[in-house]
Amino acid sequence: MATTFELIASATTGGSSANSLSFTGIPASYTDLCLKISGRLASNDNYYSIKFNGASTTVGVRTIRGNGSGTDSENWSGNYIAISEPNNYTANVYASTEFYIPNYAGSTNKVFNVKSVNENNSTSAFCQLASGLWSNTAAITQIDIGNITGASDLAAYTNAYLYGVKNA
Amino acid sequence: MPNPTRVEINCETKEELIIELTDAEVAELEEARVAAEAAEAEKETAAALKAEAKAGLLARLGITAEEAELLLS
Repeated sequence: MATTFELIASATTGGSSANSLSFTGIPASYTDLCLKISGRLASNDNYYSIKFNGASTTVGVRTIRGNGSGTDSENWSGNYIAISEPNNYTANVYASTEFYIPNYAGSTNKVFNVKSVNENNSTSAFCQLASGLWSNTAAITQIDIGNITGASDLAAYTNAYLYGVKNA
Repeated sequence: MPNPTRVEINCETKEELIIELTDAEVAELEEARVAAEAAEAEKETAAALKAEAKAGLLARLGITAEEAELLLS
């Protein structure tokens, strides 16, 4: 039986924090990409940033969020992409995030969608759905996950798993 | 004091590199941090003004937020 959902590579910050996790040399042999992250930030910031092919070109994102007592929706233009787990949330808890990037190796602009949820034993925690656009027709060969706000790091034991999805 | 590090995985070779950021990269991130904090402050100000306007409108209408939600449903 053909493999249709395959782990390409995994990355981890390990036992100490790191500024970013990067996947380079992504092969063009799949149809779509699925990036799963179990992560936390080493600061009280809230969001991951994502870059494709090392470019600092910003992406456009439309997002909706819910926190149990209300919802909001926003258009983001910049590097705020997906909610993570801030350091002032419950200790030793990590947000779960998934990026799905269809047709990543094609010659059209790249769209992606995001599902993300964090956890907090308090009055507020968030879940998020978002869709984004990277206005670039190049095939995606590199993905960088970080935190836009300065050199604030991804916390220790933040893990990312890049899967390739084939349509046959 | 060493600069922060980043982790890079080559998907073809599976080689993992732990790379110290250059001073230029740290400076670039600091610029981004300042810009991001300014943008966030602007958003918070806009949200506060909106909340204030909403509260004022509800007071003029003499209804609660729950009653307004009921009207709009």
